[in-house]
Amino acid sequence: MKTVLEAKHIDKYFKKPVLFHVLKDITFGIDQGEFVSVMGKSGCGKSTLLYILSTMDTDYEGELYLNEALVTGQPDDKLSYIRNKHIGFVFQFHYLLSEFTVLENVMLPAKKLGEKTFEEIEHDAMNKLKILEIDKLARKRASRISGGEKQRVAIARALINSPSIIMGDEPTGNLDSYNSDNVFNIFKQLCMEEGLTLLVVTHDMDFAERTDRIINMSDGRILQ
Amino acid sequence: MISWKVILNIAKTHLLTKFKQTATATLGVTFGIGAYITLVCFMTGLNKMLDDLILDQTPHIHIYSEIEPSKQQPVDLYDEFNNTFNVVHSIKPKQIQRKIHNALPILNYLNEKDNVRGAIPQLNTQIFYIAGTIELGGNLTGINPIEESRLFNFQNYIIEGTPQDLYRNDNGILLGRGLAQNMSLKVGDRVQISTIEGNIFPLKIVGFFQSGIADIDNIQSFANLKTVQRIMGEPETYVTDINVKLHDMSEAFNMSKQVEKQFGLKAVDVETANAQFQTGTTIRNMITYSVSITLLIVAGFGIYNILNMLIYEKMNDIAILKATGFSGRDVQRIFMSQALIIGVVGGILGLLIGLSLANLINNLPFETEALPTVKTFPVNFNPWFFIIGITFALISTFVAGYLPSRRAKRMDPVKIIRGQ
Ligand SMILES: Nc1ncnc2c1ncn2[C@@H]1O[C@H](COP(=O)(O)OP(=O)(O)O)[C@@H](O)[C@H]1O
Ligand SMILES: [Mg+2]
Repeated sequence: MKTVLEAKHIDKYFKKPVLFHVLKDITFGIDQGEFVSVMGKSGCGKSTLLYILSTMDTDYEGELYLNEALVTGQPDDKLSYIRNKHIGFVFQFHYLLSEFTVLENVMLPAKKLGEKTFEEIEHDAMNKLKILEIDKLARKRASRISGGEKQRVAIARALINSPSIIMGDEPTGNLDSYNSDNVFNIFKQLCMEEGLTLLVVTHDMDFAERTDRIINMSDGRILQ
Repeated sequence: MISWKVILNIAKTHLLTKFKQTATATLGVTFGIGAYITLVCFMTGLNKMLDDLILDQTPHIHIYSEIEPSKQQPVDLYDEFNNTFNVVHSIKPKQIQRKIHNALPILNYLNEKDNVRGAIPQLNTQIFYIAGTIELGGNLTGINPIEESRLFNFQNYIIEGTPQDLYRNDNGILLGRGLAQNMSLKVGDRVQISTIEGNIFPLKIVGFFQSGIADIDNIQSFANLKTVQRIMGEPETYVTDINVKLHDMSEAFNMSKQVEKQFGLKAVDVETANAQFQTGTTIRNMITYSVSITLLIVAGFGIYNILNMLIYEKMNDIAILKATGFSGRDVQRIFMSQALIIGVVGGILGLLIGLSLANLINNLPFETEALPTVKTFPVNFNPWFFIIGITFALISTFVAGYLPSRRAKRMDPVKIIRGQ
């Protein structure tokens, strides 16, 4: 089994307002095709960990590997490229460019990657929207759709470059149980059918129990 | 890799959704550049007109023999007073002719020099115009009208007739306008002039000229050099002034000194003769540039402001872009493009507005006694002003956009996402 993501002895401190050891010796790996959830009390460092794993936060000790290649210490431009090509991120709040249409939002990372023609990208994006059953919203402005719909658009965007892993920071935290179920089913389906690797932070016990593996965190440590 | 299409598309969308602010910032640039173009075209037009007025009609070097007291008084020649302190009261100039000795060889010598565009002779003399029973004192100058026109734009000051008319008529005279009015004369009439010796000659009026300076127009007239030599009963070598035009005006001073030394004549260069005129040009240029730069700085602050505000409002977008794989530099490019789009659009509009305003001024009637050939305000449409103007616009928007866009580049997406 190929390891998609691997963290080795990751430590992180916040220096302000007081020195605070937020992540303590985090070591774990995620195999290809695994659907992993992260649980833990509010404030135990789940988001902080996710920002490091997604390469957005570079201020830590330890080593991070993606597809068995060392990510730690790479220059900014390289990290941007890694995020663009290999990592899909879904936030708790539906982060979309509100002045662009749904379709444009989904296409944006692929346009940045620039590996395909505009037509191919548009076709791919429509496909992703179809999988998520929101293709009829394609031409709507992102600011004009509901919260559940926005979260699905964000997932479509995370999928557009066929990333190695999708990370979510409480992606259902803001949704009602119907929509939350819906998002879980989408994740599960992507995992089963497309072999996608997922790492999702959640507070929802039901959600977590249906994933392949739960990582429990407490006070900046992973509980074994 | 740089995906300019995506970057420009995002920049465009940002600008269009903030259309009012974008328009305000753009108009700021338009105003600055428009004012610069208008001012600089008008001011340099004025400068050029005044240059033409003074430089084109004044010789770069004016050579004549001055009547001045001898430096060596007779007493200095007397050996016995060699070691004494001599005081001579009431020195009078030695009576010499105002004629330039060896004028023809000097003219030939000057005309053969590479840096001389032309050197032409004049003969200035005092005469009387006879009108009925009165005699009016005045000046008659013998010239070569064709050469005067070629080198000193003589034709610009002729309001009736042409230099050719004068050239072709051996008994022709070109009267100052004031003089003609005072004596109620028209073109084609005859006027009698009398030399100081009392010889009277009838001359035919071929035209009028107007220099714009009443004191000159009331006494001055021109005739062919040969005509004046004939009236005065002097040979064809008799010349009182030599006017020189150079290819490069800046050589005038050195050359005038050299002529003085070489020929023992008085030679005055144009800058010495018109020292005050350079100052005016410099000051007008200073006004133009300080006003334009001020306006552009104001416009620059407008752009700086709107970008800062935009970046503040678009923090979420910045975080999303960075999270989905746009690098800090891409984000900076997005905001720099916005600044430059404002600069280009505002700048081009400014050029157009400046051009039309300058055109308007160019067509405004401007008539003045002093400048008979000028009918409208002078405007100088130098393409360089437009190149400088658009460069100015780009540089100022670049500077104004740089700091805000660098801030966007450095923004930490994690902080923004946490801030929600
Ligand atoms: N920028 C920061 N500076 C200082 N402390 C921070 C900062 N961000 C988060 N923290 C603290 O770090 C701890 C972990 O935060 P976080 O990773 O967001 O927790 P979780 O996502 O598990 O709720 C919290 O106690 C939080 O207050
Ligand atoms: Mg959190």
